[in-house]
Amino acid sequence: MSTVWMAVIAACIGCYIAKIAGASVPHNILDKPVVKATSDAIPIALLSALVAVQTFAVGQTLVIDARFAGLLAAVVALLLRAPFIIVVLVAAATAAALRHFGFA
Amino acid sequence: MIHEWHIRRRTILLNALSVGLATGAYGISFGAISVLGGLTVLQTQTLSVLMFTGGSQFALVGVLAAGGGAASAVATSVLLGLRNAFYGVTMAPMLNVSGPTRLVAAQLTIDESTAMGVAQSEEHDNFHGSKLAFWATGLSVFVFWNLATFAGAMGAQALGDPKVWGLDAAIPAGFIALVWPRLHDRRSWSIALCAGAVALFLTPFLRPGVPVLLTSIVAVVAGVLAVRKRSADVFDRSVSSS
Repeated sequence: MSTVWMAVIAACIGCYIAKIAGASVPHNILDKPVVKATSDAIPIALLSALVAVQTFAVGQTLVIDARFAGLLAAVVALLLRAPFIIVVLVAAATAAALRHFGFA
Repeated sequence: MIHEWHIRRRTILLNALSVGLATGAYGISFGAISVLGGLTVLQTQTLSVLMFTGGSQFALVGVLAAGGGAASAVATSVLLGLRNAFYGVTMAPMLNVSGPTRLVAAQLTIDESTAMGVAQSEEHDNFHGSKLAFWATGLSVFVFWNLATFAGAMGAQALGDPKVWGLDAAIPAGFIALVWPRLHDRRSWSIALCAGAVALFLTPFLRPGVPVLLTSIVAVVAGVLAVRKRSADVFDRSVSSS
């Protein structure tokens, strides 16, 4: 089996265990305020880290390229309350246009 | 009374349908990003059927596409899925299911189904509305999410070079759109900026994928600080009121 397949299957199993745990794990573990507060913070931290890395990293080097312009366009779209798919399309179109016209 | 429930039932089902349709739009982007990021259509579809939790799916694909190791991709994805455990805690007493039904309910326990279930929560009606809202929303999102994933994946296969289409810029845009609704106060913005800075700082030193994973430490610190602050506030209040 390829590495990608193994990653897909392992992550599916892991995510399902998380889903089923909620209804099964003794509540006194999940009811601890620090567990709850940490779990609220995890998506914010990981998703923000992904935004940063996917915008500025190429492998292990940091660069500023068309992706950054795309991200700025996405933020503008979010401020204008655009739906998800528009945010993504605006970012992609911005980066593609900059490259097409040779700015990035 | 029966008439009232009839109207409420219709509203719940219509809401479930519209949430499913709205989520479908994410599904198209996920399918496209996943295939352009290097996964096959079958792998992409497997994620939408078996994983069925958007943030984790985007994370797995994103880390793999950026050249991260399988282990950090899986870990990031599962960490993002942990929040569904808390949704399970919230929904379990309302759904009150057991056996195989509970296994299916677990798979449908996601942001949308939980939010809609909680919104209909009324103890006096034995959580009738919550049950319907949870199941209807979960199933509706499952169907549209998977159809949309397929459409996006097939469409992307026809596109070709991802960079020409700005796909590499679509990935961070997808992530910022996912985190945006969670950034509602100073605390959440501090966590976000801190995590972003830590990830960039670590990038030159570690394999792709690992820096992102390590920012879960930022989340743990934020969790501990939040609880300390809350208990300090309670202490202040009890001192000032005595």
